[in-house]
Amino acid sequence: MELRQRYEEDLFLVRGAAAWLATAALLAALAFFPFYTPRYLLFPAILVAINAVVAVGLNVLTGLTGQISLGHAGFVGIGAYAATLLAARLGAPWWLAWPAAGLIAAGFGVLIGVPALRLTGPYLTIATLGFGIAVHQVLTNWEALSGGRMGLEVPRVTFGPAALTSDQRLYYLAVAIAAVLTWAAANLARSHVGRAFVALRDSDIAAEVMGVNLTRYKVLAFAISAFYAGIGGALFAQALRHLEPQSFDLIQSIYYFSMIVLGGLGTVPGAVLGAAVLTVLPGFLSGFRQWLPIIFGVAIILIMVVEPRGLYGRWQRIRRYFKTWPL
Amino acid sequence: MVDLAQFVVGGLATGTLYGLVALGIVLLYRSSRVLNFAHGDLAALGAFIAFTMLVQLGWPFLTSVAVSLGATAAAGALFYFVVLRPVKEATLLGRIVVTLGLALVLSGAITLLWGADTKVFPFPLSELRGYRLGGVFVSHLRLGLSAAGLALMGALYLLVQRTRVGLAMRAVSQDLVAAQALGIPARRIFALTWGLAGALGAAAGILTAPVTLLTPFMMLDPFLKGFAAAVLGGMDSMPGAVLGGWLLGMAESLFAGYVSVKFKTTLAFVIIILMLMVRPEGLLGREFHRRV
Repeated sequence: MELRQRYEEDLFLVRGAAAWLATAALLAALAFFPFYTPRYLLFPAILVAINAVVAVGLNVLTGLTGQISLGHAGFVGIGAYAATLLAARLGAPWWLAWPAAGLIAAGFGVLIGVPALRLTGPYLTIATLGFGIAVHQVLTNWEALSGGRMGLEVPRVTFGPAALTSDQRLYYLAVAIAAVLTWAAANLARSHVGRAFVALRDSDIAAEVMGVNLTRYKVLAFAISAFYAGIGGALFAQALRHLEPQSFDLIQSIYYFSMIVLGGLGTVPGAVLGAAVLTVLPGFLSGFRQWLPIIFGVAIILIMVVEPRGLYGRWQRIRRYFKTWPL
Repeated sequence: MVDLAQFVVGGLATGTLYGLVALGIVLLYRSSRVLNFAHGDLAALGAFIAFTMLVQLGWPFLTSVAVSLGATAAAGALFYFVVLRPVKEATLLGRIVVTLGLALVLSGAITLLWGADTKVFPFPLSELRGYRLGGVFVSHLRLGLSAAGLALMGALYLLVQRTRVGLAMRAVSQDLVAAQALGIPARRIFALTWGLAGALGAAAGILTAPVTLLTPFMMLDPFLKGFAAAVLGGMDSMPGAVLGGWLLGMAESLFAGYVSVKFKTTLAFVIIILMLMVRPEGLLGREFHRRV
């Protein structure tokens, strides 16, 4: 076991030669992914990156702060439509439209976060569920905004060297954004803000007594989480190329929620892992498409019964076992 | 004026169904603090079982309904024993996740077994024939559905308020440890509550099926409305659930009649969010206090 003696040593996210090597290998593998894999794997990879952004954001809200959201597809939908409308109607370039979409979603996050101050437990769950469905229905019915059931064409992003195909460009954009946002979330979790989130998750009254401003941090958690969802939505719109309200319904919210539960609540790697597994798995099981909801349902029930800390928690346990082996 | 009366009557009929769904949710929430996200899918399962008995096996209507209620009740109790018991230590989040998992499994199983296509549910009452009272039309179907719903609500009231089992259910919901210390078999009572909620759900499903037709997701909308009704009336109050159902049904019907049909469904969720902000415990719910 390593011994950390100075505070600075504790600050590193990556420690030791082996970990640096693994990180470098992972980054290299991601950077050259489009060149050594068959073309049909590129689109699932883009979706993994997008879902990872949303899951990491949801994890800030549900995993760290303990506020259950079953309406996250609503925030994703707001981000997707905001980015598309800004680009299509106002001609905003992507580097302006996407952060704006994130901020608009964050605004809605604040809007939900303020009433959430008065709600705990199941009541909050119902409120977020209601929000998600309300967004879906407004998108379906407000035709001037969303094109209604006919959908909305998404203007293509033109970016990067012309040698790349549009899917490859989107891949690099999505992976870069996902990497930066994941890194930001990992740092957030270790900062005083992240500690305040965890404190108010474990006991909001105790946290308030200790000087954590509940109002500020709960609303902040909603805003950050919704910002991630909004950025994820902007990317998702780009990947779909054609927006329909059906992409942002209750089932989608449940899938986002399942991702962080499956991966491991409260951990950033867990959220990424959960997003990757739940995005890629349906592709492998395409022969059993009808069985998919049953498999997902049984999987999340099993996770809760057998390993509430998720896949990443299980991995940590395995690693700890071998670190201290043969003890 | 006739319009208004027609909207109110229609709203009350729909509201009775919402109230019935809400009762199933409230019944479980009151006793075990579990928010059952699978309630709608249990209800759909009940409707599909009744459909199989009725159409594919050609059984008489009442027998089919009875078998369906029994089977769905068994499914609810089974879920309690197989899944919820082992995770009884789980947090609020864990319990929500588990019922979400059940919802996925049930809707997946229904799609797998019965297919995703729309089926017509034969019901012995007609939507087209009915009574006309001073310009207000009430179809036999709506009248029968409302009567059946009211009868079920009455039966549930008697069960909970006037029987020993009901007393045990109330005791378990008020103070689990004290109830167990007095010798009430809490596990069996919980399983019974789950079974009862399942049967209520199945009844709601069968009563919804003639109006909406049978699809695997037919109960999603009534379930969410039932949820809204439960929040409106108070999550731990059974009269509140019924009242919430009627209020929501009427509000929707009036909104659809005078403002906009399209945003009718959105209204329910606006009501939920407003209600939770103003009075989170609901109209008839007890105010909750927390101990530190």
